[in-house]
Amino acid sequence: MDLTILSWGASGWGDEFFYATLITISVATCSFAFGIVLAAGAATMKLSNYRVLRMLANGYTTVVRGIPELLIIYLIFYGGNSILMSIAKDVFNYHQYIELPIFMMGVLCIGLSSGAYSTEVIRGAVLAVPIGTIEAAKAIGMNTSTRFRRILLPQVARFALPGLGNVWQLTLKETSLISVIGLAEIVRIAQIGAGSEKEPFTFFLAGLILFLILASLSDRGYISLERWANRGVRRA
Amino acid sequence: MDWDIVNEAIPAIFAALPVTIALVSVSLFFGFFLAVTVALCRLSPYAALNKPAYVFVYIFRSTPLLIQMFLIYYGSGQFRDELDAIGLWQFFKDPWFCAILSLTLNTGAYTSEIIRGGIQSVAIGLIEAGKACGMSTVQLFRRITFPLAMRQALPGYGNEVILMVKSTSLASTITIMDMTGVYKEIASDHFSPFEPIIVAGSFYLILNYIVTLAISRAEKKFAIHAH
Amino acid sequence: MKKLLATAALTAVTLMSGAAQAGDVVRIATEGAYPPWNALNSAGHLEGFEIDLYQVLCARANLECTMEQTAWDGIIPSLQQGKFDVIMAGMSITDKRKKKITFSRSYASSPAVFVVGKDSAMVDFKVSADKISLADLDANEKTSLDATLAVLNGKTIGVQKGTIHLNFLKEYMKGNATIRTYETQEQLDLDLQSGRVDVAFAAESYWHPLFAKPEGADFRAIGPGFSEGPFGEGVGLGLRQEDQELADKFSVAINSAIADGTVSKLAVKWFGFDASSK
Repeated sequence: MDLTILSWGASGWGDEFFYATLITISVATCSFAFGIVLAAGAATMKLSNYRVLRMLANGYTTVVRGIPELLIIYLIFYGGNSILMSIAKDVFNYHQYIELPIFMMGVLCIGLSSGAYSTEVIRGAVLAVPIGTIEAAKAIGMNTSTRFRRILLPQVARFALPGLGNVWQLTLKETSLISVIGLAEIVRIAQIGAGSEKEPFTFFLAGLILFLILASLSDRGYISLERWANRGVRRA
Repeated sequence: MDWDIVNEAIPAIFAALPVTIALVSVSLFFGFFLAVTVALCRLSPYAALNKPAYVFVYIFRSTPLLIQMFLIYYGSGQFRDELDAIGLWQFFKDPWFCAILSLTLNTGAYTSEIIRGGIQSVAIGLIEAGKACGMSTVQLFRRITFPLAMRQALPGYGNEVILMVKSTSLASTITIMDMTGVYKEIASDHFSPFEPIIVAGSFYLILNYIVTLAISRAEKKFAIHAH
Repeated sequence: MKKLLATAALTAVTLMSGAAQAGDVVRIATEGAYPPWNALNSAGHLEGFEIDLYQVLCARANLECTMEQTAWDGIIPSLQQGKFDVIMAGMSITDKRKKKITFSRSYASSPAVFVVGKDSAMVDFKVSADKISLADLDANEKTSLDATLAVLNGKTIGVQKGTIHLNFLKEYMKGNATIRTYETQEQLDLDLQSGRVDVAFAAESYWHPLFAKPEGADFRAIGPGFSEGPFGEGVGLGLRQEDQELADKFSVAINSAIADGTVSKLAVKWFGFDASSK
């Protein structure tokens, strides 16, 4: 194994790997955030009194959690444009060619999947909020939006934190699948390097180690976040 | 929607269903034994056992399966002569071996955590009762700890099986023609991704529905009859 | 009424995004990942045989052209949707593709060749015919074809997904050899290097320059070069079916560039051999 090929600069792959890591982090962050937005909506629908809304949200989580992410990526990447264009044509009467940038397509794919897992976490967290705290807020005359902002949201955020930590790790790993559509994240760069230097082990090991570093950094961040969220909670 | 492509895709993807099922069941089988071993090592008081088990679980749980698979499949090619010298290349040469190996290591790491949680949840009183009856360590594990831990672990294991069904689709990236591999071939043959994906997606959904049913039946069977 | 509306909508689509009008800029798309036909160099710019050739053709046809990069997967649907007007990406003219799009005449063609590792037992395999044209086999070609198929019997053959080379193997080798398909040619090369596949199958235009580089030093071509039949009529420009007029303009330009030797010159520069169509 010749490690100089991993050095920084024109002859080495160090700088390529560095930028690839930044792309992995950006895809993961955007997908995770997009997933949370989706999940907040889907969890609300699942907890609503309307059957149709519940069925829609259940359909979303069942389908996305039941079929391989790779298929979702192929669908959105190769079929997404025609769907997008037919919507533009039918709804907005717009006939030009439109295409989502590859980064946004990646975020859409991973976010859809991340959101399905976050939905369950947020739903569980809402159900875990003690009903007494809501009743107390009502008793002192808080209106719905104040109640949501001051009572429900802070508690849901705290209860959801451990589960969302898991979803973040999952999302980080799923970004690797975007390599199949050619986005230059860690696995894609490892593949290109492995092919052109004929040293597949070296390059895939380097990619694996980068993911390990990202995971352990996430662990640390998560621990301090949890400490922050639980400040003021009495410990046994 | 082009129904000719759908009609071609249904039998072709269905014919690859056994490949997907084989990948899932063989790796779950070996993965389970690996998981029990790793979980016991993790719970052992000896650093020589629990440290390596911890590292193994950490690595396989925090990195993507895709890169693990590429590392095992393409990476082993870099050490072809060395592997050949110790007689292992004949295994690594086979994409099936590499796919099963990476899926097994991956599910082994995840399942070991589920089993460890199950073992730790067993009430200490039950174990003390077993000891009081004069059971040996092996007897205690076989008759008290293990069955109770398994019941506790069942829902978590059900999720793991569903994740495994989905994970096998990655084997298509190392030349195995599972349902996803056949999907890709039909899609590029017809320059049309949409129709075959509906077929392949439905097969995966049905497969996972069956898994969910099986697990919930098993949960009912092993449930505590409190009345 | 509904049908009328649909027709009206369709016409609107063709008017707005469809047929490239005279005087417009012609948008040509290439893959940028199929050296030496088209590839990205280390500075991130497109280069290759087709990048040189499109400038010659556009100048001769008096067209203003731009060239952009796009993924090979989904390149035909993107053309139909109007993302660009022309595909120039080493695409062979086949009957199957002709059902979806139209082509200019071919400007180059590259025979398909089997390649093995230098330590393979098959490394010295030779047949009496250098080239086999599958459309009409003479007696010599027939014996050579049978000998090649016989030597490959029971072997593991690697090939890239979605290519004419895979179509050939499906037609001629199905059931007699293990066929492994790869997303990229790079992955196939890694498996040929490690010996996971006995033989790799791809265009000579890909192999020839690779042999000259250190990455290809361990590879050797065996047997004859194959063309026609499942390999189609050579490589041409792909266009939407309603753009037949533009396709004809390009065909005229290709004719003149072949006649005065420009295409041969560019082919020798990029491939190391004359791959121009006759």
